[in-house]
Amino acid sequence: MVSANDSRQKLIVIGNGMAGARTVEEILARGGGEQFAITVFSEEPYGNYNRILLSNVLCGAQDPSQIFLNPPEWYEEQGITLRLGVRADVIARPHKAIHCDDGNWYSYDKLIIATGSRPTIPPIAALRKPTGELRPGIFVFRTLDDCRRIAEYAANCRHAAVIGGGLLGLEAARGLLTQKVEVSVIHLLDHLMEQQLDPVAGALLKRTIEAMGIKVYLKKLTKAVLGDNRVTGLAFEDGSSLECDMVVIATGITPNAEIGSRWGLTTERGIVVDDQLRTSDPDIYAVGECAQHRGRVYGLVAPLWEQAKVLADHITGSNPAAAYQGSKLATKLKVMGVELVSMGAITPDGEHEDVVQFLEARRGIYKKLIIRDGRLAGGILMGDIGKGAYLMQAYDRGIRLPDERLSLLFETGAPSVQVTFEEMPDSVQICNCNGVNKGAIVASVAAGHRSLRAVMENTRAGTGCGSCKGLVDELVRWACQGEIVDDPALHYYVPGIPLTKPELTKKIRELGLKSVSAVFDALADGRDDAQSKPGLASLLRTIWGADYVDERDARFVNDRVHANIQNDGTFSVVPRIYGGVTSPAELRRIADVAERYHARMVKITGGQRIDLLGIRKADLPAAWRDLGMPSGHAYTKAFRTCKTCVGTDFCRYGLGDSTKLGIAIEKRFQGIEAPHKMKLAVSGCPRNCAEATVKDLGAVAVENGWQVYIGGAAGSVVRAGDLLATVKTHQEVITLMGRFMQYYRENARYAERTYRFVERIGIERLKAILVEDCDGQITRLDQEIESAVAAYRDPWTEGCQAYESTQFAEPVTVNEEAAGSSV
Amino acid sequence: MLCVDLPMKETTQVLVGSLDQIGLGQGRCFVIGTRKVAVFRLRNGEVCALDACCPHRAGPLAEGIIGGGIVICPLHGYKFSLADGRGLDNDLAVSSYQAEVHEGMIFLRLSRAD
Ligand code: SRM
Ligand SMILES: Cc1cc2nc3c(=O)[nH]c(=O)nc-3n(C[C@H](O)[C@H](O)[C@H](O)COP(=O)(O)OP(=O)(O)OC[C@H]3O[C@@H](n4cnc5c(N)ncnc54)[C@H](O)[C@@H]3O)c2cc1C
Ligand code: SF4
Ligand code: FES
Repeated sequence: MVSANDSRQKLIVIGNGMAGARTVEEILARGGGEQFAITVFSEEPYGNYNRILLSNVLCGAQDPSQIFLNPPEWYEEQGITLRLGVRADVIARPHKAIHCDDGNWYSYDKLIIATGSRPTIPPIAALRKPTGELRPGIFVFRTLDDCRRIAEYAANCRHAAVIGGGLLGLEAARGLLTQKVEVSVIHLLDHLMEQQLDPVAGALLKRTIEAMGIKVYLKKLTKAVLGDNRVTGLAFEDGSSLECDMVVIATGITPNAEIGSRWGLTTERGIVVDDQLRTSDPDIYAVGECAQHRGRVYGLVAPLWEQAKVLADHITGSNPAAAYQGSKLATKLKVMGVELVSMGAITPDGEHEDVVQFLEARRGIYKKLIIRDGRLAGGILMGDIGKGAYLMQAYDRGIRLPDERLSLLFETGAPSVQVTFEEMPDSVQICNCNGVNKGAIVASVAAGHRSLRAVMENTRAGTGCGSCKGLVDELVRWACQGEIVDDPALHYYVPGIPLTKPELTKKIRELGLKSVSAVFDALADGRDDAQSKPGLASLLRTIWGADYVDERDARFVNDRVHANIQNDGTFSVVPRIYGGVTSPAELRRIADVAERYHARMVKITGGQRIDLLGIRKADLPAAWRDLGMPSGHAYTKAFRTCKTCVGTDFCRYGLGDSTKLGIAIEKRFQGIEAPHKMKLAVSGCPRNCAEATVKDLGAVAVENGWQVYIGGAAGSVVRAGDLLATVKTHQEVITLMGRFMQYYRENARYAERTYRFVERIGIERLKAILVEDCDGQITRLDQEIESAVAAYRDPWTEGCQAYESTQFAEPVTVNEEAAGSSV
Repeated sequence: MLCVDLPMKETTQVLVGSLDQIGLGQGRCFVIGTRKVAVFRLRNGEVCALDACCPHRAGPLAEGIIGGGIVICPLHGYKFSLADGRGLDNDLAVSSYQAEVHEGMIFLRLSRAD
C-alpha cells in the first residue's frame, strides 16, 4: 500500500491481537486511514480473532471460523498491509525502523506495540525437552494453535491435569471435559480464582465444579512431571502425586514486554506508558496486556478497549485532550456455566466499610457487596447476577447507593430493567410523556444514535417530565452493547457552550460577561442557541445579582410574564400565601379578581394556596394590581412555597410552632432563584402532616428542636429527604436552609432538583461542608444568600410598569384592507 | 377565506406593522384574516415567519424561545426550523413565510389561496 509518493505517515503496529486490531479499527474510525499508511505484523498466522472465545472452541461450542473478528481480506479492504506469521524482533529507534524474522527492515513514523502476553511457566522439573521446548503432552492455553494441539492430543488421553485454578485454568478444564478425559485442577492456593473470588465464593464454585465431575486439589505445589517418554503424572511438594497423561499449564501470564526493555523503552512489568499510551519514546505507543499504566498491567479486554480509544484519539489528533485514567475492573464471567460478576475490592480492607451479603449454598447463590461512604467499592455476585448490570455501573461510575440495601441484592417489587430488556417486548412504553416504546429507542440506537442525548433528541424519549430518563439511559446502554459514545455534552452546563458549570462560571467572571448574548458572543462565536438561553440567564443572575443585564428573550415565556402558560395559551395566577395562612380580606380580593378577569377555575393547589386559572396575558398586570399580593412564583425555577401544619397554636401534638417558622422561612426566601424549583414544608411534630420529609427542604419539630431535611421528593420521583442536622432554634433552621440553598444555587446543574443534587453530592459530604464547615465556606455561603435575599424584588411590580412595551402584548390583528399591497 | 380557484402560487405582500411591536429576540403573533402568523425578530436584525400554531397540540409558537435558527414551542418543547418550518426533533412541520423588513416595517409574503 505504501507507494513512493504516498504522503501519509508510516504507522506500524506490532501484534494483531485484541488490542492491536481494535486500536487499528479505532484509528480508521477517526479517519486515520488518510493520515497513516498502516502495516500490521502478526506472529500468529491468522487474521484477528476473539481470544476470549477460545474456551468455546476448545469445548466444541464454537468452530474456530466463528471467532474471527477481522479476516485477512478486511485488512486489504481497509488498505492496510498485514504481514502474517511475521515476528518483529528489533526496534532500531535511532533509525525509526523495525527488523522482523522475515529478514526485512521496515521504517516507521509512529509505532504501536501490542504484543500482549504469554503464559507464565512455573519452575517444574522435567517440563521441557533438552532443547527448551515443552515436552509432548504439556500445553499452554493462549492461541488458536494451542487449542487445536490440546484437542488433538486429548483424543488419545484418559486423564488431563490442569495446573492453575484461576479463570484460565477453569476455562481449560471445562474445555477438556468435553474431550472425554477425566479432568483434575491443581491449584496452589486455598481457594479457586482468588483474584476474583473470596474464600466463600471460591468454595461454592469448587462444589459446583466437582459436581460436574472435575476433581479439584487445593494447596498443591507441583514439583515435577513424571514419566520418561510419555507424561504419566505429576509429583507435588507434599509428597503426593497424581496420575495423568497430559497437562495444561495455566498459572498466569507474563507481558511480552521484552521488545520494549531490549530496545531502551522504560519497562517494568510491562512497557511503561503515560495517559496517552505513549512509551518513553514519544513516537512509540504500547497498548494492551504488554503495557503498564500507572503501575498496572491489565489481563482482561475491557481496559484494552478504553486504551485503544484514547490511543486513537491521540495519534490521529481527533481529540488531543483524550487521556486514559486507568480502568476499574468489573467483570462479568461465565465459568463452567456459573454466572459470575466480580468487581473492585472483594474483601473489605478497613472497618469503615459496610459488607452486605447473602448466601444460599445449596443453590450456589452468593452475593457480597463492599460499600464505602455509601458507594460500591467492590463485590461478588455468583449464581444469580440479576442486579449485576446495575451494580457494575454503580461501581464504575461511583453512583451513590440507596440506603435501602436489600434492594441492592434482590429485585424487590418490579423486576429489574436489566434482566428484562432482552425479554421486554418492543411495544412496551418507556417514555410515558411522549409515548416512546422500547422498539423505537432500540431502532434509534441501531440508526447510529449512540448516546443518551442523541437518542433523546431523536426520539423525544425522556424529554417530558424526565422521570424515565434513567430508564432510557439504561436502555440505550443496553442497546449499544458497550459501544456507547461518551457524550461530553452531558457534562456541559448548557448544550450550546462546551463548558461545565464551574468552567463556565469562571469564564463568565473572568471576562465580565453580564448578558446572555455577551456569553454567546464571547464563548460560542456569536452563535446563539435557543436551548441554552434559560440556563445561561439563570446562571448569570446568580453570578451577577443586580448587575445582571436582563435580556428577556433568554427567558421562557413563564418568566417573561411571571405566570404559567396553559394549554390554551392563557395563564395561571398564584399569589403568595405565606405558610398557607390567609385572611378573609385576602380571600375577598382573590374572589373579586377571579370574577373580574374571568378565571376559568379557582383551585386550592397542592401547595396550600389558591390558583386562578385561565387569565389572559394582557390582564395579568391588572389582576396582580387588584390582588395586592406578591407573586407565588408558581411558574419558575425558584423558591416556591413553604407548606406548614397548624402546629403548637392549635394541635394537641404540636412540639414546635410550625406555622410561625414556615411563614418566617417563606418571607425570607420568597422568589429566590435556583437551578430548579424549591418546595419546602415545616411540620410541628414527627407525625409530619406538612410532608416535610419529602420536600426539597423541610423542617420537623422534635422534642427540644428541629430536624432539617434536604433532598426529599414526592413528584415524579419519590425520595425521603436526608437529615442534614438537628438544631435548636428557628433562626438556626433558617440559617441552615439558606446555606444549603446557596450551595445548591452554586453547584447544581441547571434543572437539577435537590433530590438529584443531594443524591449526587451525598449527604455525608453535604454535612461536612454545611454543618462542619470542612472547607471553610460557611461564612461566605451565608453572606451570599443574605445578599440574594436583600436583592429580591417582587416580579409582579412589573405589572405597574412593564419591562418592555411588548411584555404583556396579545396578538396583533392586521387590518388586511390597509395592509395588503399586491406585488 | 378567498376563492379556491385562484392559482396557489400567486402571492401578496402584506404589511403587518412596525418591527418594534416585537420584543428583541422574541416573537409575536399577527392575525391576518383567519390566518395566524408568528413573526420572530432575531437579534441580528432579520425576521422570520411561521404559522403561529404548533402542529403538535396547537401551542403558541410566537411565545417560544428562539436561537440558532430554531424556535422551541413553549408547551412541550418541540423544535422547528425558523427558515422553513421543518420539525427538528419530530416529523411535523409548520408553514413558513417570506418576511422582510423595510425601514422598520415588516412585510410578509402570503399566498392568496388561503
Ligand atoms: C397547581 C398545582 C396542582 C394543583 O392544582 O394543586 C401544580 C400545577 C403544575 N405543576 Fe405541580 N403543581 C402543584 C403542586 C405540585 C406538587 C405538590 C406540592 O408542591 O406540594 C408536586 C410534587 C412535589 C414536587 O415538586 O416534586 C408537583 C410536581 C410537579 C412536577 C414534578 C417535579 C419533579 O421533578 O418531580 C412538575 C414538572 C416539573 O417541574 O418539571 C410540575 C409542574 C406543574 C405545572 C407547572 C406544569 C407546567 O409546567 O405547566 C402545573 C401548572 C398547571 C397550570 O396550568 O397552572 N409539578 N406539583 C400545584 C401548585 C402548587 C403551588 O401552590 O405552587
Ligand atoms: C482462553 C482465554 C480466555 C480468556 N477469557 C477472557 C474473558 O472471558 N474476559 C476477558 O476480559 N479476557 C479474557 N481473556 C484475556 C484476553 O484475551 C486478553 O486480555 C487479550 O487478548 C489481550 O489482548 P492483547 O492484544 O494485549 O494481547 P493478545 O490478544 O495476546 O495479542 C497479542 C498478539 O501479538 C502477537 N505478538 C506478540 N509478540 C509479537 C511480535 N514480536 N511480533 C509480532 N506479533 C507479536 C501475538 O502472537 C498475539 O497474536 C482470555 C484469554 C484467554 C487466553
Ligand atoms: S404533624 Fe403534629 S403538629 Fe402537625 S398537625 Fe399533625 S399532629 Fe399536629
Ligand atoms: S403544542 Fe407545541 S410542543 Fe406541544
